[in-house]
Amino acid sequence: MSRIKEFNLPDLGEGLTEGEILAWLVKVGDVIELNQPIVEVETAKAAVEIPAKWAGQVRAIFHPEGTTVEVGAPIIAIDTDPNAGPVEEPASAATPSAATPAAVEVAPAEGAIAPGLTGGPAPGGRTAVLVGYGPRTTAAKRRPRKGAVPAQASAPVAPAKASAPAPAPAAAPAAPAPAAAPAAPAANGRAGGPVLAKPPVRKLAKDLGVDLSTLTGSGPLGSITREDVRRAGATAEPQTVTAPTVAAASFGADREQRVPVKGVRKLTAENMSRSAFTAPHVTEFLTVDVTRAMKALDRLRARREWRDVRVSPLLLVAKAVLLAVGRHPMVNSSWAGDEIVVKDYVNLGIAAATERGLIVPNIKDAGRLSMRELADALTALVQTAKAGKTAPADMSGGTLTITNVGVFGVDTGTPILPPGESAILAFGAVREMPWVHKGKVRPRQVTTLGLSFDHRIIDGELGSKFLRDVGDFLADPEAALLAWT
Amino acid sequence: MAKGDPGVTTRGRRAAPRSKRATRTGGPELVQLLTPEGERIESAVGPDGTDYRVDFTDEEYRGLYRDLVLVRKLDAEATALQRQGELGLWASLLGQEAAQVGSGRALRTQDMAFPTYREHGVLYCRGIDPIMPLGLFRGVDQGGWDPNEFKFNMYTIVIGAQTLHATGYAMGVHMDGKTGTDDGEAVIAYFGDGATSQGDVNEAFVWASVFNAPLVFFCQNNQYAISEPLERQTRVPLYQRANGFGFPGVRVDGNDVLASYAVTRHALDNARLGQGPSLIEAYTYRMGAHTTSDDPTRYRIASEVEAWQAKDPIARMKAFLTKQQIADESFFAVVDEQARAESVHLRERVLAMPDPAPVTMFDHVYPHGSPELDAQRAQFTTYLESFEGSAH
Repeated sequence: MSRIKEFNLPDLGEGLTEGEILAWLVKVGDVIELNQPIVEVETAKAAVEIPAKWAGQVRAIFHPEGTTVEVGAPIIAIDTDPNAGPVEEPASAATPSAATPAAVEVAPAEGAIAPGLTGGPAPGGRTAVLVGYGPRTTAAKRRPRKGAVPAQASAPVAPAKASAPAPAPAAAPAAPAPAAAPAAPAANGRAGGPVLAKPPVRKLAKDLGVDLSTLTGSGPLGSITREDVRRAGATAEPQTVTAPTVAAASFGADREQRVPVKGVRKLTAENMSRSAFTAPHVTEFLTVDVTRAMKALDRLRARREWRDVRVSPLLLVAKAVLLAVGRHPMVNSSWAGDEIVVKDYVNLGIAAATERGLIVPNIKDAGRLSMRELADALTALVQTAKAGKTAPADMSGGTLTITNVGVFGVDTGTPILPPGESAILAFGAVREMPWVHKGKVRPRQVTTLGLSFDHRIIDGELGSKFLRDVGDFLADPEAALLAWT
Repeated sequence: MAKGDPGVTTRGRRAAPRSKRATRTGGPELVQLLTPEGERIESAVGPDGTDYRVDFTDEEYRGLYRDLVLVRKLDAEATALQRQGELGLWASLLGQEAAQVGSGRALRTQDMAFPTYREHGVLYCRGIDPIMPLGLFRGVDQGGWDPNEFKFNMYTIVIGAQTLHATGYAMGVHMDGKTGTDDGEAVIAYFGDGATSQGDVNEAFVWASVFNAPLVFFCQNNQYAISEPLERQTRVPLYQRANGFGFPGVRVDGNDVLASYAVTRHALDNARLGQGPSLIEAYTYRMGAHTTSDDPTRYRIASEVEAWQAKDPIARMKAFLTKQQIADESFFAVVDEQARAESVHLRERVLAMPDPAPVTMFDHVYPHGSPELDAQRAQFTTYLESFEGSAH
């Protein structure tokens, strides 16, 4: 067996299909011990540390932090005998791949660990598929029946079956059919996990020669319906088989690109559609002259004890929201079917755009924090989010959210409520605008606030009062503090 | 609502503050013979006036320490093997070693034990090769040991179901006339705090009570039923539940191996003498996740875990052995080395476990087979042989 061993991402829960690399705890060249923690991986169930399976030296790390990796894909290569001199460079897979998700698709090379075929060689080469759904490398593996035509023989003439188990996906680019070329890196075709379809639908697909793994389901939970199969069956042409990929210039012959929906995108999609179609949203807007507030911020920054603190307009908006909640507690509540749960604590969510996508970590019990503590918490929250290190607990339990769309240079928006919350405030860009100030048109710093709320709980009157209070604070924070606290 | 948000709801009930649990001690009713600091308490009196004490030789004290360390190390190795894709799942016992070793060592050879899926420590004390449950969690066999040979039933995954099996078994022991002497037979059933909310467990309490079954209900209260905290299971201390069913209950410090031993031995002796069942609530804490599929940071706070860290069962035993000069650094080093060697050995054997042939799934359905099963096996064999290169 090769000295260089590749470790494949195991199924860390029961039936998981992918995990996200949160942090590498080792780097290439490190000498590691057996069971030394090497990487933190987050799955749909838990964030866990994976201990090294072998002692040795790290030769390659295949996926950077922040990428989502399919179960069964190699994530690290370890030289189990680093003192034995140079080793022949194993083929493609052991070469650290570019940081594209497409790297996931690279199959382990010959000479490296063979993909663990079900029932195949056990120790060492075993792929972790003990419960739930198998990793992709083995998913569609089926031994040929005696007397049957070998499946791969038909592949070049029928690219529609490209997702059938090609024994060596790396060989696919050499296939004579040009139409199949774009699909080659992802010859297994699946966007992540098994295809959802009821048995009769599978039967229909088989009869019509439709490959289920190439379809996007329109049924519940993304399952493939009879109608989906019929539609695909009617239009089935070899060139329509485009494997999902996110490589930038990978438009198929139809000039369309299929981007697999997974990870944060999938979660966002689920949350947003659930919220949009269960909570009746109302959005109100308020444009505020925040010139005084901006000056107040400058004064705050100038103070000695605030010298090292990051002070942003968002801090004032957060404070405004927290104070306004104190005056209108009903806004900080959630709809629980037959009752409304009003909360005495504000877990203040801040929508953050990260490389992984939109996440909404929250500051726990933000109402109890002093201004200084709030500023520190905001800074920490944003930094953690940008670094992609937000813990799941920090993203759950939010009660009210601010989305700072102003950082993108837009004026405002109609935000969608995070599920379980009843209000979300959009904070637009602060611009210098002509504004009537003391009877004269002056250049003033102005911003627009947009508040979406759940009309099941909050009526127009309450929503307006709340928004008005947030606006009043931002118009003159010092006066509002004196008046309200 | 598993997250247990603090604060007030419109229902007007204040959710219990989380910090309360972090500092909870188990109350004055806790039977303890070894404090978290490693101070030995001569004897402790239970709620019914029973005087609990142990009298171990130095060698026995050292043996208990060795058990605790080995059990923890093997458990940690199994957790690592799961993370490396070699086991499908693992339910770690981290933090509960003393409750398991204490009660496990109190069992006599003739006593029968009914475990959940977490009793790796008890399994170890019963003399079963620790590799056995790993085959189950690797998915290559059904558990592997003979329950009759080791007097240790198969792991039961269904929550609380084994308490009924144990009750039936214990009633049988009683009817066979194997109780009533001071070397009679007794039965012990393990379960957790979450299981006390199951119908099965309550039915077992009723049956064991009215039929005077020689049974010890050993509840490891590790504070969480997966994510559900204890206050969502009960409004009274769990051991007090026994009163309502008509048998004695006692709460013992489950992180104290000596007290766990003393209380279990006493309850088993009562059972073997024919005095009926009793309930032991071993007050402990699951330091790790419920299973490797769980993420406890989502539902409990770090300060709570730290508070329990200070009550670690092994640390207090080590402090006691050191203070009393029963053991020294060289002994601890030997034990650590033994644990390391055994865990390496365990790993090697797990990795070498062969995948079972598909047809073996027919082997253990009935002890002597059945015509229908034989036909199915034959059909499946034919099917497997239809593949090229088949040597199943």
